[in-house]
Amino acid sequence: MALLELKNVYKIYGDLHALDDVNLTVDEGEWVAIMGPSGSGKSTLMNIIGCMDKPTRGQVLLDGKDIANESSRGLTDIRRDKIGLIFQQFHLINYLTALENVMVAQYYHSMPDEKEAMEALKRVGLGDRAKHLPSQLSGGEQQRVCVARALINHPELILADEPTGNLDETNEKIVLDLFRQLHDEGTTLIVVTHDAEVGASAQRVITLEYGKVTSSHGDTSFGKAARKDVV
Amino acid sequence: MFFRMVKGVLFRQKGKMAMIAFTIALGASLATAMLSVMYDVGDKVNQELKTYGANITVVPKEASVVSDLYEVEGASTIPTSYLKEDELGNVKTIFWAFNIVDFAPFVSTEVNIDGRDVTMVGTWFNHHMSLPTGEELDAGVVSMRSWWDVASGRWLDESKDGDAAKIMVGSQLADQLGVHEGDKVSLKGDAKGGSYEVAGVFEAGGDEDSQIYAPLDLVQDISGTDGLISSIEVSAITTPDNELSRQAAKDPSKLTVAQYETWYCTAYVSSICYQLQEVITDSVAKAVRQVAESEGAILDKTQLLMVLITVLALIGSALGISNLITASVMERSQEIGLLKAIGAHDQAISALLLTEIIIVALLGGAIGFGAGYGFAQIIGYSVFNASIALSPMVIPLVVLLVIVVTLAGSIPAIRTVLRLDPAEVLHGR
Repeated sequence: MALLELKNVYKIYGDLHALDDVNLTVDEGEWVAIMGPSGSGKSTLMNIIGCMDKPTRGQVLLDGKDIANESSRGLTDIRRDKIGLIFQQFHLINYLTALENVMVAQYYHSMPDEKEAMEALKRVGLGDRAKHLPSQLSGGEQQRVCVARALINHPELILADEPTGNLDETNEKIVLDLFRQLHDEGTTLIVVTHDAEVGASAQRVITLEYGKVTSSHGDTSFGKAARKDVV
Repeated sequence: MFFRMVKGVLFRQKGKMAMIAFTIALGASLATAMLSVMYDVGDKVNQELKTYGANITVVPKEASVVSDLYEVEGASTIPTSYLKEDELGNVKTIFWAFNIVDFAPFVSTEVNIDGRDVTMVGTWFNHHMSLPTGEELDAGVVSMRSWWDVASGRWLDESKDGDAAKIMVGSQLADQLGVHEGDKVSLKGDAKGGSYEVAGVFEAGGDEDSQIYAPLDLVQDISGTDGLISSIEVSAITTPDNELSRQAAKDPSKLTVAQYETWYCTAYVSSICYQLQEVITDSVAKAVRQVAESEGAILDKTQLLMVLITVLALIGSALGISNLITASVMERSQEIGLLKAIGAHDQAISALLLTEIIIVALLGGAIGFGAGYGFAQIIGYSVFNASIALSPMVIPLVVLLVIVVTLAGSIPAIRTVLRLDPAEVLHGR
């Protein structure tokens, strides 16, 4: 069943077509990688899927609801209730501990639960770093806090923008393993990436060029076949 | 979680918060100092102006009618009607008793010195009173005529033994009689005569220079007017006149009940005069208009100046706060963008920022209040040579002003927050 459907989506800035008639369907539980060169429209697509922007034209159906016509407040509510965001720059709040950074997402979603937030940190292997400030954590650890924050409210969709862009190989592997676990549990993942290795880990790779979807390769066996498509 | 976030900002971003608190403290200190001085300046200026003499005179009704009829003041220094001395204490029992800062009774008579008629005035110099209210008061011309210069000798003092039978002589008369401090002057009054030692020679710069001043009891003895006085001069702290007080001064009976209440319970010179007439039998109390009006005008202008300085200080403070908070918000744009991205509404973020700012403002305001009170004392001692009393109104007013100025200063920052697009700030575009 489709969790996300984009139908004839355009995003136009003046003469520039950042997205040009994009059609895309992502099923529940699917892991999709969006790849493409710089300026291809990946970030624009991510912003629209992540309810941080609206298309100029077209329909964006999330869980059957068209978000293209939602108000700013409505989009905020959808982000809060349905989407977990992971950023390349982590975007942790520097004056809050790792635990508090996770609890912030709970606070704006429903109610902070320290025990549950601690469980999320333990799940990403940071149980012993809960009381540390972001400045006391490595890049990999900060990204894992970001993952814990994204999954704390059990979102229907996890949207990651270059999640391994600032990580070394070891931390990249840890993060990808976490994504695999989430995928195995049935979480829908959309990962925007430049990294072929990250793309190859996904079930399906969508390639964007000049705002258009130029290819969509998928393999239910997921992993090797997808990697072959991309490389 | 909300307070953990507020605590996080306050304790882990001390530098930025301290800078905002410092700016608020600066504004609050200026506001506190100016408001404290403004509220106390009335009393201080009044006290200063009291050195220029009494602003109310109380005379017998009969004497007042005569002077009004012939439109002359003091046509004769020798009274023909009197007030009762034993009612003097009543002056400090009126509704505005605490505004009466000084008063002195006078009785005049003519005495004969070597065939020359001389006016002799009896009064209090430094008279100590224990009032029925339990209040202790020193009153008299020593403080009310502070501009008189004692050319030789000293002021009389009722509390000193022997001063009850001494006199002070005006400088012109002293020259004419050829008397000096310590000399004895023989004089004869309507009831009694005698030889009295000169305690001092004074220069008043007026008619008083050719008169003799002596303790009230002595002059009453000499003139045979025991227990009687011809006038009372009163120094009172007054509120500047307005339309109501001018209307009341003409005829209080024409006021409505509400107007009468307002007028009676405000320290207008006319309402104090009215209350004095109520407690002194058959008397008329009149304002010395020039003094009363000058006091009001000076006070109004001084207070206006203080208000303007306070307003300017607060505007300056609001601009400083606005710049600092806006800069702080811009620095935190990614954090605010993230909060929006994870589901925080604009109101929730505005509430978070405002709570942080109000806490810092109250902290800065408290420090500023303490510093401002210190500044007020410096101003008090440099300008008035006295401390500035803290008016109970200043505390709530400063709290209110700090909150209003901080909120007003936060408006540009809050508008910036509301305009922030999470997609833009999180992707650094």
